[in-house]
Amino acid sequence: MSHPAVTDDARSEPEAPMLTPPRVESARQDSGAAPADARDAKVSARDLCVFYGDKQALFDVDIDILENQVTALIGPSGCGKSTFLRCVNRMNDVIEGCRTTGSVTLDGTDVRDESIDVVQLRARVGMVFQKPNPFPKSIYDNVAYGPRIHGLASTRDEFDAVVQESLERAGLLAEVKDRLQEPGTSLSGGQQQRLCIARAIAVSPEVILMDEPCSALDPIATARIEELIDELRQSYTIVIVTHSMQQAARVSQRTAFFHLGVLVEVDETARIFTNPTDARTQDYITGRFG
Amino acid sequence: MSSGEDRFVHRSAGATARLRRRYAAERRFRAYGLVAVGTALAILGLLLGAVLVRGTGAFFHRVVELDVALDPQRLGVEDARDPEALARADYARPVKDALRSLFPDVRSRSERRALQRLVSSGAGFIVRERVLEDPSLVGRTLRVAVPLDDKAQLYFSGQTGWQQDASSRSLSDAQLRWLDELARRGLVRREANWRFFTVGDSREPELAGLGGAIVGTLYTLIVTLLLCFPVGVAAALYLEEFAPRNRLTDFIEVNINNLAAVPSIVFGLLGLAVFLNFLGLPRSAPLVGGIVLSLMTLPTVIIAGRSAIASVPPSIREAALGVGASPLQVVAHHVLPLAMPGILTGTIIGMARALGETAPLLMIGMVAFIVDVPDGFLSPATVLPVQIYLWADAPERAAQLNAYGAILVLLVFLVAMNLSAVLLRNRFERRW
Repeated sequence: MSHPAVTDDARSEPEAPMLTPPRVESARQDSGAAPADARDAKVSARDLCVFYGDKQALFDVDIDILENQVTALIGPSGCGKSTFLRCVNRMNDVIEGCRTTGSVTLDGTDVRDESIDVVQLRARVGMVFQKPNPFPKSIYDNVAYGPRIHGLASTRDEFDAVVQESLERAGLLAEVKDRLQEPGTSLSGGQQQRLCIARAIAVSPEVILMDEPCSALDPIATARIEELIDELRQSYTIVIVTHSMQQAARVSQRTAFFHLGVLVEVDETARIFTNPTDARTQDYITGRFG
Repeated sequence: MSSGEDRFVHRSAGATARLRRRYAAERRFRAYGLVAVGTALAILGLLLGAVLVRGTGAFFHRVVELDVALDPQRLGVEDARDPEALARADYARPVKDALRSLFPDVRSRSERRALQRLVSSGAGFIVRERVLEDPSLVGRTLRVAVPLDDKAQLYFSGQTGWQQDASSRSLSDAQLRWLDELARRGLVRREANWRFFTVGDSREPELAGLGGAIVGTLYTLIVTLLLCFPVGVAAALYLEEFAPRNRLTDFIEVNINNLAAVPSIVFGLLGLAVFLNFLGLPRSAPLVGGIVLSLMTLPTVIIAGRSAIASVPPSIREAALGVGASPLQVVAHHVLPLAMPGILTGTIIGMARALGETAPLLMIGMVAFIVDVPDGFLSPATVLPVQIYLWADAPERAAQLNAYGAILVLLVFLVAMNLSAVLLRNRFERRW
């Protein structure tokens, strides 16, 4: 199975642009966003506000997430990192009383546009959760589930190929190839998380969102996942929420710092960690709060 | 020194005393628990013991061996090969002859009648069945075991007899003498009463059976299951997974919980008013009984279903949504299979409650005296608990023995259902 990277052709096709704000320099404002080339942005947020009931969780977030890069979202607990992540594949829809204003675009189309089906959106934007959550089914069925519901494979051979390739790319195949019919829940924590990554890439997404994927894992499993993220960057656009600044520094090309629902700063990872613009970023990465 | 004692506050005499009091309290609490459990077990044992001792009496009965001479003339049959004539023949007469031949000195008319009353009035039917099976018996003498009358049964099971004053028992001294004589000649046997499980109710307790009630119960429970399981699961799924959180949903939730607490006779009155009087459905029918019981069981199924669905971890839903499953796929592929053991357990427990329910069925006429084993969802039927109610209320003392037997059968049904609930739960339970 191929994992088609979206080509320039695909992106230059006319889209429904009505809801998309013009992606020009003026779109970037005082958030300190680095001069990201907006044309390369896979995912863009403009004036994104999220409310949980009366409580506002995100305030006017503007960010561009570049293709085939790893973008790390850092910040203290409750700062809105995960909320932002869940806006991209509209997982916030299932939260009672959650309301969003502003826009999040994927390839220039608002994810809440009528032309975008939420089921299809989530096939294009995969997600890996904080706690490994394999289905209580066999390893094989865990990986085959996505392709099955999206009709990406039909014959037994096609399914076998997808499962093999996804497990291979997730670096899990060697460990489980003799026990594909065993329950996914019988694996160790780190293996379960890689199974979840395999499950996500089996549907050939364009973007993978990772919500603290290593927080429940030991350092060895964490190192393994970080390696994997670096490899996956070749084919996918990755957004990772992490509490570990070392992890952000190791795996990401760009880093965004959130604080109290505000995107304080987003820039090249190297710059954020060496020469941040904002004093709050400085305080956070040096461990003065958070 | 004093500062040292302060430092080791947990080693002081006061601390030791406190510790002792704590352990004493714990021992006391454990003793209360043991007493409570013991009381519950004793009461349960008393109940089961009483039912068991008397109930088994209904599964065995006394029969008397008679040599019945099947003389075509006495039968009133001209042509022994004519099945219609055989079906119409009078089989009670040769049975009476056979009994009389055992006591040739019984002469007077009233005495003869008293003698005949010792054998069940259904004896003729038993001979008839044998003859219809094998018409070649006509003209020969058939040795057949026929049940004794219910009062004679009571005599042999020790519930009435010589120890009682003649005026306070229903058998006369002469009848008791004849029974003793039959027993002395070795003609009275104790036998398993298989008919008890196959035939319908009867005016004669020794001929009455549970078959009708068992079949009626099965028909009724099938209707209940077919209605309350799909409706209950669909309602639970909708309320738990799809319903918007608003006042209307809250209102529905509160009312479902209230419905679970409504006395069952109210459901019976509803069934009477709506299904019988308004919709004109037939009286005493398992269909109506099943509908009424499913209304009563539905809240239980919905509540159990909702708690089973709510206990499916949200991470599974997120995982499925995350790979792009539609809400329906999330439910069908993940939530429902994981919740199924809990839903099944709730349904079976609800069904077990429906199995034991009497009051609503009285209202819709399932309390009628029905002799035939029902052959469909619309034919008149009764159910086990109602049959127990009928027998317990019957004037014949032997019918009360039957009621104990029916209680045992009902308990076996209940235990089987609860056991299957446990087995299903263990079989399908998945861990994550």
